[in-house]
Formats: sequence, structure tokens, C-alpha cells
Amino acid sequence: MRSCGPAKSGISGFTCRFMSLLSRLRERPKETLIELLISVCGGASVLFVILILVFLLRDSLPLFRTTSITGFLNGRDWYPTAEPPQFGVVPLLVGSLLVTGGAIVLAVPIGLAAAVYIAEIAPTRVREWLKVTVELIAAIPSVVIGFIGLMIVSPWIKTIFNLPTGLTALTGAVMLAWMSMPTIVSIADDAIRSVPRDYREGSLALGTTHLQTVVSVILPAARSGIVAAVMLGIGRAIGETMTVLMVTGNAAQTTFSLLQPVRTMTATIAAEMGETPQGSEHYFALFAVGALLFLISFVINLIADISLRRGVRA
Amino acid sequence: MRTKNFLLFVMIVVTALIVAGCGRRSSKAGNSIQVKGSNTMLQLGQAWAEAYNAISSTKVSVSGEGSGVGISALINGTTDIAEASREMEPAEIKDAKAKGIDPIRTTVAWDGLAIIVNPSNPVRKLTIEQLRSIFLGEVKNWREVGGPNEEIVVTTRDTSSGTHQYFKEKVLRRGNSKGKEEFPRSALTITSSQTAVQTVEQDKGAIAYVGLGYVTPKVADVAIAKSNERPYIKPTIETVMNRSYPISRALYFYTNGQPTGKVKAFVDFVLSDKGQQIVEKIDFVPIRKVEAR
Repeated sequence: MRSCGPAKSGISGFTCRFMSLLSRLRERPKETLIELLISVCGGASVLFVILILVFLLRDSLPLFRTTSITGFLNGRDWYPTAEPPQFGVVPLLVGSLLVTGGAIVLAVPIGLAAAVYIAEIAPTRVREWLKVTVELIAAIPSVVIGFIGLMIVSPWIKTIFNLPTGLTALTGAVMLAWMSMPTIVSIADDAIRSVPRDYREGSLALGTTHLQTVVSVILPAARSGIVAAVMLGIGRAIGETMTVLMVTGNAAQTTFSLLQPVRTMTATIAAEMGETPQGSEHYFALFAVGALLFLISFVINLIADISLRRGVRA
Repeated sequence: MRTKNFLLFVMIVVTALIVAGCGRRSSKAGNSIQVKGSNTMLQLGQAWAEAYNAISSTKVSVSGEGSGVGISALINGTTDIAEASREMEPAEIKDAKAKGIDPIRTTVAWDGLAIIVNPSNPVRKLTIEQLRSIFLGEVKNWREVGGPNEEIVVTTRDTSSGTHQYFKEKVLRRGNSKGKEEFPRSALTITSSQTAVQTVEQDKGAIAYVGLGYVTPKVADVAIAKSNERPYIKPTIETVMNRSYPISRALYFYTNGQPTGKVKAFVDFVLSDKGQQIVEKIDFVPIRKVEAR
């Protein structure tokens, strides 16, 4: 029997193990068959990600036959039905970053404070209740959150800041902050709780107060998990579509003001894909926006993953 | 070993691609009608087709790449009916005659766009030119068109909507389909007519264009004049039907010769009370008054 060895990883390691399973099929059919099935499922998820990338690229690269890469990445005008069409992604990219950035600025302090409270301060009964409630927020469909944003939050924002319209980047940021909160709270809570007891007891034995222990021992020790929580929160926010489509006003202008209407990449794809003829330039452009979004999410997840691994090793 | 592993992986990917590729249909059944054309009419055409497919064995399939595409498909003989939101151009008619096609026009519905503002806004009449300046972002304050000192919030529909295309061509580009004018970047893009109405309900300075059927009592419609000297006309089914309301147009079916057989049956259905009720339901204007169900 050939050995695959633990050193072999990635696709070749997977297929090697897969082949050795096939050769064992006759000796222990039942067990091997189940193992085989599970391996196929595991391998399929990797395959799907690769296929998603392949299809995204297949349908986005034809855009660059007619539009230059700089025209796409550096263009300020998104007028897909103009003559000639203009596919400048800058306003959409800035819109996405503005809304996501705003959401993170709002959600991180509140989310971390909530996580510290749940993990460290709250009595057991309160903690159980809070955990369940926070996780329940994650179960609210995004269209419902969008509706609340449209009917309740946007009129508030309009009145508070005396704006002509309440459909602004800030409205989107507030709603997304709310949506990414459960991710941040529950992962940060796990990270804080996985800090070894010795650290806490050692710190307390030195005569520090509870607050000092949390701020200068526990939070630094849980740092990598907290970074991962924030990154996954960002990933949640940047990929959100329905809510931002409903509350940000969708004006494709390049602005850095939170009080202006903006349009995100996700909202553009959702709003325009429906009736775009397949194989048209506009269709390819929307796929290119999707590919860019995929790249951004990929980098964010990679950072989260690396910082989680670093935490395990430490 | 490495090459063998790699080959296996390639096989998996290729199989997946083949399976994905098989999803495409390429059938041409005998007992079917092909309807092609106007993007504006796509939803309407699909609603007709759906209702007709339920009562007839003839299968109607509809696509909406644009009026021009539909008309050239009719000229090339690849569609039975071309849906068009404009009349055929003389050059197209010449092309058709050269290929032995005799295009016959049937008016199947009307399209009219109402301009709506918040009820607290006293502006109730605008000329087409004022409307154009507002939707180009040149006029930014209601004061400039006889209203209060309030910033104008321009709203537009998303580009996949026929309403967007029609309004842009008719008002911003003064009817010139080759024009370059676009909505301002700062215009709020709204993905449905209902949401446009809601936005106008909420925002005092907002203005929107929506199909006639969407106007509710909570918003005010604006009377439109073709120019300063011409009368201001309110958008109603009557003013759209007698063509006095400026932002309105007819929607057509083009067929090769007078419709016959299965095509005639479908056209008759579209023109029947049932077909025209669907027109009203999809928020276009029927060609004659029909009793609501």
C-alpha cells in the first residue's frame, strides 16, 4: 500500500488519499464506502470554490476586450446603458468601502464591549439569555432589516442631520453594523473564553482589578480571535446585498461623505443583472464587479484565517 | 503518480463543466410562437404568454432584448411577432420589403409615465424643458421652478427598467435615441416603482417618474406641458389614450402580413378583454376601457 504521508497536502494529497481509499474498497467495503463519500463531500466544497472562480473569470474577462482594465478600475462613471457604455467601478468600490467601513466603526466597539460583558461580567443566567438573543439577530432575514432601515431608521437620519433624503451611506452603515454584530460578538466571546484560566488567575493573584485583567491580560491574549471576529464581520458587511440595496439610495457618485447616497457593488449587481442580456458588455461588467468582490472577500477571509492560526500556535 | 492525480482532477473539472453546459436548451418545437423585442414590454409579454399558455396548447415564448432586435428578427424571419415600443423606421421597412416581409402594426397597449412629487410640495405643473433640467441635475432647488426653497431629490429607476430607458430618451434626450444625456450621478436609483412612490411619500423634495398605475393618493402628480404656450395636461388614462399627455407612447406588435392561424389566435387574446385586463394589471394603459375583475 502506498503511503500518502501527512506532508502531502492540497489537491495532490487529497487525490492520493482518495486513490488509496479506492484500493481498500474490497477489503472493508462498508467503512471504506462511507469514508469515500465523506471525502467526496469534502473535496466537492473545494471544487465548488474553484468552479465559482472559473465561471466568474470566464464571464468577466471578455469585458476587457472593449474596456481597458484602468478604465474599469479607475473610471468614475458607471453608465452601463450610455453610448458608449461606461463601466467605472470607482463609485461602487468607494460606496462599498464607505458603508462597510462605517458599519465596522460602529459595530466593533459595541460588539467587543458586548462580548466582554457576555464572557466576563454577566452572571450565567444573563449570559445564556444574551447569547441566544444575539444569535437570534443573525437569523433576521436581510430584507426585514432593510425594511426597518427604510421605514424607521432613514426618516430618523433625515431629521437628525436635516438632510433632503434619509437614504444615505450612514443608514446603510447603521443597518450593516446591526447585521454584523452577531458575528463579531459570538466569535470574540469564544476567543475571550478560550484564554487559559492561568492567565486570568495569575493576573488576579498579582493584585490587579477585574477591569485591569480584562484590558491588559485577557484582551491582548485573545487578540488574534478578536481580529478574526472583526474580519468576518467585515466579510459579512461587504457581501450584504438586500439591505444596502434598500437603504443606501444607490446613487453611483464618488463621495466620501457618510451623509450622501451611495451605491455598493453588491447592490449594482442585484439591481442590474435581472434584465441584462446574457453575453452583453454590461453582463460581463457585472461579472467583473462580482470578481472584484470575490477578491476582496477572499483577502479578508485570508487575513481572518491567518490571524486565527497564529492565535492557535501562540 | 503526480500526473495521474492531476489527470483525475482535470477529469472531475471537465465532467462538471460538461454537466453545466448541458443546461442550455436548443429546441424549436412546432406548436409554438416566438415573441421578441421591446425590453419595456417584456413583463407585459410574459404575463400575456403565461395567461395564454394556461388556456391554449400553443406555447408562447417571449424575450426582450429591445425593439430594434425584435424588428430585425422579424425581418430575418426568426420571430413570429416583434414587440416594439416605437414605430418602425423607414429604413427598416425598406429592409423588410426587400426580404419579402410585409410588416403590419397592431397597437396592443399604451404606456404613460406620471411625474410625482410629495403632496406638501406646491409644484403641480412643469414644462418638459423644466422637467429635463431637473432630471439632468441642472436645476437643483424647487425655488427655481416656482416651489419652496427645498433641495430637489432626483430619483431614477435602475437601467434594466424600460421606464428608465423611455424617460431618458423622451425627456432627457428630447426624443433623440442617439443622445448622450444621462441622469446625474447623484440621482437615487430605485429598483421598483412601488419604492419610488414610497420615497416620494417620505422625502419632501423628491421627484420621480412612474407608470400611471402606481400613482397613489399619498403622492401628487404633476401636469406637464410640451412648452410654455401649450396647456398643462394631467396624466390620466384618457389623456394618454388621446395622446395629449406628452410622456406617453403606443406599444405595438409587428407581424409579417395580417396575423393568421396560431399567431392570430394569440393576438386576438391580447386584444380581448382578458388580455387588456392584464395590460392594466402590469400598469400599462389598455387600448380601450375594460371592466376591472
